[in-house]
Amino acid sequence: MSSQENKKAIPGTIVFDGEQAMKGYALNKMCYSFNEEANREAFKVDEDAYCEKFEITDAQRAAVKKRDVLALLNLGGNIYYLAKLTGMFGLNMQDIGAQQSGVTLEEFKAKLLAAGEN
Amino acid sequence: MARLIGGIGSSHVPAIGNAIEQNMQSDPYWKSFFDGYVPAWKWLEERKPDVAILVYNDHGLNFFLDKMPTFAIGAAPQYLNSDEGWGLKPLPPFQGHPELSWHIIDSLVNDEFDITMCQEMQVDHGFTVPMNLMWPEQAKRDQIKVIPVCVNVVQAPFPTARRCLKLGEAIGRAVASYEEDLDVVILGTGGLSHQLDGERAGHTNREFDTEFLEKLSDEPEWLLQYSNLELAEIVGPQGVEMIMWLIMRGALNKQVTELSRNYHIPISNTAAGVILLENSA
Repeated sequence: MSSQENKKAIPGTIVFDGEQAMKGYALNKMCYSFNEEANREAFKVDEDAYCEKFEITDAQRAAVKKRDVLALLNLGGNIYYLAKLTGMFGLNMQDIGAQQSGVTLEEFKAKLLAAGEN
Repeated sequence: MARLIGGIGSSHVPAIGNAIEQNMQSDPYWKSFFDGYVPAWKWLEERKPDVAILVYNDHGLNFFLDKMPTFAIGAAPQYLNSDEGWGLKPLPPFQGHPELSWHIIDSLVNDEFDITMCQEMQVDHGFTVPMNLMWPEQAKRDQIKVIPVCVNVVQAPFPTARRCLKLGEAIGRAVASYEEDLDVVILGTGGLSHQLDGERAGHTNREFDTEFLEKLSDEPEWLLQYSNLELAEIVGPQGVEMIMWLIMRGALNKQVTELSRNYHIPISNTAAGVILLENSA
């Protein structure tokens, strides 16, 4: 897909293209570091210091604090890297799916089950 | 000479790994999903392939966004799995077949595919979940040699569906020109429709997935009418992973026999599919 084509918006969807990748590089790099147990522990001990080290933006830091996945995606986060961050908070893909679509976890699961019955 | 005996398409959702780990195959949530794999288990047991070429995508374990190859092929004697940061228990190492890997790499580059070659490559759930699904016993996973083929479907732009189909054809030619007497199976993994990110998270598309499965055997070119951005809208940004099934399909003969197929919504946030195609003699 060309970068021009990327500009065409898909409702409720953030395509992780070059523009997003540039915005989110430091944030995603921080999240990538959570593949290592020692880095996860360091983050848990001092979240602010850890974010400082990776030089993520103030807006990204605020969104990390709020565990706000939609905001993090809009600020250039990639879902697979963010999953390593939210995993530390005990949130799995269904939890963050519910959070992003603005429904409860039960409602989110019910929607998927309903799609299976059609 | 080496022979491609067939191909399998399968989803690779991490939750499947947890379900296997916890022996939940008979649980009501999981039963109809796992039942769909019985024909593949029987076929693999009967045909006993020597090597599995496994097409998948890395989700941020081996590759970061600093360097993102469009197509990367493993040429290692062994592939390690490790913690991805959110709790899936790592599986023991997988045994490679570096001689066949290098033959495929040589053949592909001569065939004008400028792939990235990797003598060290960690494999994540995109690889381990299908391995665990196809060969649930560790002893069987120890016997089969693997060649990971990693495709970028994380950072747009992704390769086009057409490029994937052609890469598959080139892999088919590469295997057929390898002198050792080996039976090879190719797995295309990921998909089917799912969306993990954005307000539309949880989106699936049964109608489109069903048509994709319907066309895969005899008319795989059907998918080529869609750009990856169009596919993202139709099947969700992560559903675009289905283009990796075209690599599997492209590697097989023009004529294949579909031996089984299953489709199940939901596994976690995903519409899960499995298809077993045998190469016609």
